Amino acid sequence: MDKLKFAIYWAASCGGCDVAILDINEKILDVAEIADIVLWPIALDFKYKDVEALPDGSVDVCLFNGAVRNSEQEELAKLLRAKSKAMVAFGACACFGGIPSLGNVSDREHIFRRVYQETASTANPDTVYPRTVTEVPEGRLELPEFFDTVKSLAQVIPVEYFIPGCPPPPDLIVTVVNAIATGQLPPPGAVIAPDKALCDECERERSEDKTVKEFRRPWQFIADKEKCFLEQGLVCAGPGTRAGCGSRCIKANMPCRGCFGPPPGVSDQGAKLLSAMASLADSEDPTEMAAIIGGIKDPLGTFYRFGMANSTLGRVKL
Amino acid sequence: MTKTQTTTILINPITRLEGHGKIDIFLNDAGDVENAYFQVPELRGFEEFCRGRPVEELARITTRICGVCPGAHHMASSKALDAVFHVDPPPAAKKLRELFYCAHMIHSHIAHFYALAAPDFVLGPQSDPAMRNVLGVIATVGRELGESVIRHRAYAQDIQALIGGKATHPVCGLPGGMSKAINEEERKSIQDMAESTLEFAKFSLKLFHDVVLMNKEYVDIVLGDVYTMQSYYMGLVDQNNKVNFYEGDIRVVDPVGLEFARFKPAEYLDHIQEHVESWTYLKFPYLKNVGWRGLVEGDDSGVFRVAPLARLNVADGMATPLAQEAYEAMFSTLGGKPVHATLANHWARLVELMYAAERLLELATDAEITSPDVRAIPTATPDEGVGVVEAPRGTLFHHYKTDSDGLVTDLNLIVATVNNHAAICMSIKKAAQALIKKKTVSEGLLNMVEMAFRAYDPCFGCATHALPGQMPLTVLIRDKSGEILQKVER
Amino acid sequence: MNEEYEPTIIGFLCRWCSYLGADLAGTSRMHYPANLIPIRVMCSGRVDPTFVMRALADGADGVLIAGCHPGDCHYQCGNYRAAGRYSLLCDMLEQFGVEKERVRLEWISAAEGEKFASVVTEMTNDIRRLGPLKWNGNGAKADSPALEE
Repeated sequence: MDKLKFAIYWAASCGGCDVAILDINEKILDVAEIADIVLWPIALDFKYKDVEALPDGSVDVCLFNGAVRNSEQEELAKLLRAKSKAMVAFGACACFGGIPSLGNVSDREHIFRRVYQETASTANPDTVYPRTVTEVPEGRLELPEFFDTVKSLAQVIPVEYFIPGCPPPPDLIVTVVNAIATGQLPPPGAVIAPDKALCDECERERSEDKTVKEFRRPWQFIADKEKCFLEQGLVCAGPGTRAGCGSRCIKANMPCRGCFGPPPGVSDQGAKLLSAMASLADSEDPTEMAAIIGGIKDPLGTFYRFGMANSTLGRVKL
Repeated sequence: MTKTQTTTILINPITRLEGHGKIDIFLNDAGDVENAYFQVPELRGFEEFCRGRPVEELARITTRICGVCPGAHHMASSKALDAVFHVDPPPAAKKLRELFYCAHMIHSHIAHFYALAAPDFVLGPQSDPAMRNVLGVIATVGRELGESVIRHRAYAQDIQALIGGKATHPVCGLPGGMSKAINEEERKSIQDMAESTLEFAKFSLKLFHDVVLMNKEYVDIVLGDVYTMQSYYMGLVDQNNKVNFYEGDIRVVDPVGLEFARFKPAEYLDHIQEHVESWTYLKFPYLKNVGWRGLVEGDDSGVFRVAPLARLNVADGMATPLAQEAYEAMFSTLGGKPVHATLANHWARLVELMYAAERLLELATDAEITSPDVRAIPTATPDEGVGVVEAPRGTLFHHYKTDSDGLVTDLNLIVATVNNHAAICMSIKKAAQALIKKKTVSEGLLNMVEMAFRAYDPCFGCATHALPGQMPLTVLIRDKSGEILQKVER
Repeated sequence: MNEEYEPTIIGFLCRWCSYLGADLAGTSRMHYPANLIPIRVMCSGRVDPTFVMRALADGADGVLIAGCHPGDCHYQCGNYRAAGRYSLLCDMLEQFGVEKERVRLEWISAAEGEKFASVVTEMTNDIRRLGPLKWNGNGAKADSPALEE
C-alpha cells in the first residue's frame, strides 16, 4: 500500500504544536511507517518551491498550525489547500485564532509603533519600520505584508477537521493519526475532541451552590487543590470550554483559560463565558452586583484568550 | 546610488530551525558573494497586545512566544511578576522553579543537539542529505541511541509537566512562588529520571568527543575562519561567576574576554538597545555603551552574542563538578578563552546539558524540595519589574509596568535569540562569502551556509525525524533580468 | 452627524413586563421614533450576550435589553442574571470600542408605556448623534462551520 503523504506547516504560531507532535515520542516511528512527510519546516528541508511542484490534491492530510496574520501565511494556506485532500486546523491558533489573535485588540499601525518605536529598549531615531520592499545596494528585499486583523484558518480557506488545544495533547494527536491511518475519520467539519464541556471531565469537588460574592485573582490567595475554582471566586473557563485536555492546568492548581475552544453548540466562546461568569455573581442589589462584577478584570482578554479571531465582533474597532 | 550587477540565490524558507526565516544571497559579476541578508518575515506583537491584561496572566500568555522554550518565558515572567509585586518567593519555591527549569534546559538541549548538530557531524556537513538526519545518525551509531534520546527528552518533558501542569505552556508560576508543591512520590520519580539523565549527559559528551573531536576534519571546520566571529558575549552568572540559568547578574565580556559590564536585571536599559532595519521584522539588540556600527565585527561594534558558547565565555566556570571538568576540557582543547568559533556552541551546549543534569539531581534530592511552602502572597501595590533568565538560546528579558490594579500598561521583551540576531546575519554572510565563489553552488555548500545559522538556534527538530528519502532543495540562480542561469537540485 | 442616517436598534423585551409596556405605548398612541425593532423573549435573563454581539455585528447600531423591575421577575431571579451579565458585557464592549450608549439595560413594567417611549426616544437620539456603528466592515466574522450549532 502506498504511503500517505502528510504536510505539516506553521503560520503565526509558536512552534508548540510541532513540539506536541514530537511529544508522542516513539509513536512518531509509527507515523513514519504510514506516511511520508513532504513539508515540515521545523524539521525537514523541503522549501516552498517543493510544495508548489506537488500535484494538486496529492497530499492526503495537511496539519496546519498557527493563525493567519500576514500575506505569506495566507498564501501558504491557499497553496496547501490546493495541494491537500484534507486540511486540518491543528491547535488553538489555527482553530480559533489563538493567542496571536489577541493582536486584534490593535492594528498594524499601533503594533508597529509600539514594537519599533515606543518599547523601552528600542532606539529608532529615524523611525524606520519594516517594509514589504526594501531596495539595498545589491538588489531588492521583500517581506510579507502584515495584516491589521488576525484570522483563524477556516476564515481563509475551507477546513475539514479541527484539533483544538494549545497545544493539542499527545494522546489526542495519536488518536487522530490512528484515525487517519485506519480511514476512520469522522465526517468533515468535525472537531476531533470530546463533545462535552471541561467541567464534565474535571475531577474537582463541586457543590450545588455556585454563587460568588467576590471574584479574586490567582495571586491573591493559595487556591484549594480539591475544590472547584468557581466556588473559590476564581474565573475558570471550564464551563465554556471543550473537554479533552486531561485538565492538566487544573491539576497544576491553576484555572482553565479555554484553549480547547468552545464546547459543541457554542459559536462564540467569549460571550458564553461572560454569561457563565456573570451568572455566578450573587446579589439582588445593583450596586453590590456592579462591585462583584468589577472583580473580573479584562473580560475581553480573559474570555477571548484563545478565540478572538472567531469572536462575533472579530476584533476591536479599527 | 548605482547598483552592482547581481544575481540572487534565495533560500526560502530556512528549515530545521524554530521560527520563520529566509536568506537572500547576492552574487556579483565575478560570481562571488557581494552580500547575504537574513530576513525574518514574521511578527505577532506581544509587546502591544499584552497591554491591558492582568499582569499575572502574562506568565501564561508570554509562553506562547515560543513553544520550544515556553519554560524559559514562564520563568522570566514569574520573576518579573515577583518584581512587579515586590514579593520574594519562599526558598522552596525558588528551588522548585529551578528544578522545573533544569528539566526545561535538558529537553531543549537534547532536542537541538541530536536533531540538529549530530547529523552534520556524525554524517558530515556535505554528506548525502537523505542520510544527513537523525535516522542516519541512528543507522551509524545504533537504534538504542535513538530510543535513549527520545526517552531522555521525554523525561525532561514529564518532569516539567509534573511541576508545571504541562511542558509546553506550563502554568505554575505566580507572583510570590508556585501554584502547587510536589509530593514525595513525584519527587522520587523526578530523582529517578534525573539519575538516568546524568548518565545520558555523560554519554552525550563522550559521543561528541569520539565523533567530532577525534576527527581532524571536523575540528578544522569548528576552528576554521568560515565560522569564527569576534564579538562581545553576555550571560547570567551567580555570585561566584559560575553559569546559572535561573538567577544571577548579567555579565558581559569583550572580544578578548575581559569583563566589560556587570549589571542587575533591573538595570538592563542602561546597557542594551535595539536597532531597526526595514528589511526584517526582527530587531537588533546591541550594547548601548559601545554603540551600533552596523553588522560588523570589532571592539567598537556593539554586536554581542548569547547562548551556550557565550555563557561559558562569560563565566569563570560551572557550578557542578562534572560540568566543570567538561568546561575545562573544552577550553583547553580550543585554545583558551574566549572561544569565538561559532560551532563550538554545540560543544558548549553539551557542557550545559551536563550542568543541567547535575543541578537537576541536586535539587531533586534537596531536603526542601517537597516543602508545601511555595507561595508568598503579595501585599504591596504592583507597579514595575524586570525578570531575567538564561533561555536555552540566550538571555531573556521580561519587563512589565502596571497600573495600581495590576493591569499591564507597558511591557518590553528582549527574547533570547534576538540578542544573536546581528551575529546570525554576520555569520551567514561570512559563511556564504567564504564558501560560494565563482557562482559555484552545490547543495552541500548551501547546507554549510545553513550550519552557520544552526549553531545559534536550537531548533528542536525531531529526535527521530523519520526522513523518507530526499531532503529536496531547489536553487534557481537568476541574472538580473530573471533568466535562469543555473539550477541546482538535491 | 449624518442627516440621512437612521439608527437601527434591536430591542430584547421580556414577555411578562417590557413587551407589554411597549404594547401599551402603542395602544396609547404615544409618539416615539420607529427605530427600535422589538424581539420578544421570555425573560431579560434569556438574553445571551451572544445575541447582543450578533446584533451589533450584523448591522444594528444599538441594542436595548428591557425586563421586569428587580423583585418582579416572573422567574424570580432572571433579571438579576441580566443585570450581572449586562454589567460585565458593558465592560467588555468598552474594550471592543463600542460606545456605552449603544447598549442599554432598562427595567420597564407592563404599566410603563411612557417609560418605554422615552427610553426609545433617548436611545435613538443618542445613537443618531454617535453615528452608525457599521461593524461589518471591521473584520472577520465568526462563521467557522464546525463550531456552529
